[in-house]
Amino acid sequence: MKRMLIAGLAATAAMSSPSTSAATLNGAGASFPAPVYRIWTYNYKQASGAKVNYQSVGSGAGINQIKSKTVDFGASDKPLKKVELDQAGLIQFPMLMGGVVIVVNVPGIANNQLKLDGKTLADIFGGKIKKWNDPTIMKLNPGIKLPAMPVTVVHRSDGSGTTWIFTTYLSQVSSVWEKQVGSGKAVKWPVGIGGQKNPGIANNVKKIPGSIGYIEYTYAVESKIPTVQLKNKAGKFVKPNLNSFQAAGANADWKNAPGYYMVLTDKPGAATWPITGVTYILIHKEQRDIAKAKTLLKYFDWCYKEGAAVAARLQYVPIPKPVVEMVEKNWTREISANGKKVWQP
Amino acid sequence: MATVKKQFLNHNKLDKVFRVICVSAALLICLILAGVLVQLLYYALPAVKRFGFNFLVSSNWDPVNHIYGALPAITGTLLTTAIALLIAVPVSFIVAMYLVESASPYVSAPIGFALDLLAAVPSIIYGMWGLFVFIPFMQKLVRIMTGITFNGYGFLTSGIILALMILPFICAIMRDVFKMVPPVLKEAAFGAGATSWEVTCDINMKYGAGGLLGAIFLGLGRAVGETMAVLFVVGNIQAVPRSLLSSGTTIAATLANNFSEAEGILKSVLFELGLILLLISLAIQIVAQLWLNRVRKQMGEK
Repeated sequence: MKRMLIAGLAATAAMSSPSTSAATLNGAGASFPAPVYRIWTYNYKQASGAKVNYQSVGSGAGINQIKSKTVDFGASDKPLKKVELDQAGLIQFPMLMGGVVIVVNVPGIANNQLKLDGKTLADIFGGKIKKWNDPTIMKLNPGIKLPAMPVTVVHRSDGSGTTWIFTTYLSQVSSVWEKQVGSGKAVKWPVGIGGQKNPGIANNVKKIPGSIGYIEYTYAVESKIPTVQLKNKAGKFVKPNLNSFQAAGANADWKNAPGYYMVLTDKPGAATWPITGVTYILIHKEQRDIAKAKTLLKYFDWCYKEGAAVAARLQYVPIPKPVVEMVEKNWTREISANGKKVWQP
Repeated sequence: MATVKKQFLNHNKLDKVFRVICVSAALLICLILAGVLVQLLYYALPAVKRFGFNFLVSSNWDPVNHIYGALPAITGTLLTTAIALLIAVPVSFIVAMYLVESASPYVSAPIGFALDLLAAVPSIIYGMWGLFVFIPFMQKLVRIMTGITFNGYGFLTSGIILALMILPFICAIMRDVFKMVPPVLKEAAFGAGATSWEVTCDINMKYGAGGLLGAIFLGLGRAVGETMAVLFVVGNIQAVPRSLLSSGTTIAATLANNFSEAEGILKSVLFELGLILLLISLAIQIVAQLWLNRVRKQMGEK
């Protein structure tokens, strides 16, 4: 018995020792960029040997965990305001941009065939438009035969950064929505049913004929659900893809955004996808361990430079070079461990 | 003589140690319960102060304006549990009765085995099955039977899945209860000319009343707090049930949906919901005990 116990203890010690000795970075947060982060962590382990764990637990949880220092970095789709960042001693920088797309399950409607504008979308999610052959939808889609099927709205049941991006857009394009519902990681949905996370929405939309939902683009591509064209601020109908997400980011003025606080919904530009979002990384300005802090920043540097190709393949927009340079200058200026600068360019 | 005495003394000491271990283990249970209650109450306090009694009767759930009401979650929990019990209790009663009374051992052994296996299936499996198999089935069934376009998610679907989940539990215990009824009693009743039904009602049910009730409440306890299976199929919206086919939520599902992202008052609201769930379970236990006592008294037990 005693021998077994000792053997057991030795085994656990043997199992736990590598993870404490080698550098392991722990991160948690947004599920929106999780598909990319998953591949990045794998590739980075192959390239450098450093292990990165990323838990896609949701933006709010990510913010909570980095604030309480249970992880080395947090990730959020909803940027924190400069005041909140300073209070918590955090620094925030953009990591990726991506699109939130509208998916539908209407019999006879193919991928990117249906066209909607912001106001109609707000009316659908607000419960004012109840049937697919509603005159408002018909008018936007001449020549398409729409069934007299009831509309079922599918939204997120959990709090989510994706919901924040989507409801921010609806509030921008519809004053009725802004007044009655507003924007947030969770809102008081007037109609519909809820699904857990992005896969939950994909599943529910697939299961229910006549349903419409919003989802991160990669999930729509993976689950092969038809997406919808949207009318942007310039009055043009655009298809959701890497180009239209990139166009949204092109007009962003990062220089004059304190704490990189940036909202990319309803941006100008003829090719701009109207529901684009930025996803952020949050880390503490004052790091405890200089070696670990260096590994951490080296990882993000790798993500910006080597990881960009992977991101683009998954339909996420990498952060443009000038912005990366700005961010890394910020690292040099603001991040320190025991009074020493961590990042030397 | 001396060695015997020494041994006796040792036994005495051992007994004392054993007693201390037993008492502290028993106390630990009380401590855990009290700890959970205090913790829940502590974190729920901001929400209790802010919304007061109105929390229980309001159905407004507005995260943007930080206004929350628990009525949808509470009514949803009660409705899904009621549906589950309405289906599961009679079915398990009949199955258990059949297994003990009239099935041949060749039939009852494999069925009993299957029953025990079903009880061990994790709830998430029921949830996945519900999502991928049962929801499309319900969509078609309701459309064919009533002509209503039903999206498949809602209280009825959740209730039926819960019923399937708790059925093996209830049934397994009921089976054991029926097995414990002394054959002499039954044989005497049959000998006096009672029908099978009369034996079931007057002998089996009365003799095993406590056990049967215990079985029902065990199932009920599981149904009230079940999270994963319900989460997949209930529709997850904050709405008071309007019909069996409407979508809604339960307390457990609301907690699972919101906890990871909760901060500020919402976190407190979720703790209060947890407290309410615990109190509902406690109330059920108390009612069950009272009822049990009454049944026992009626039967002449003192």
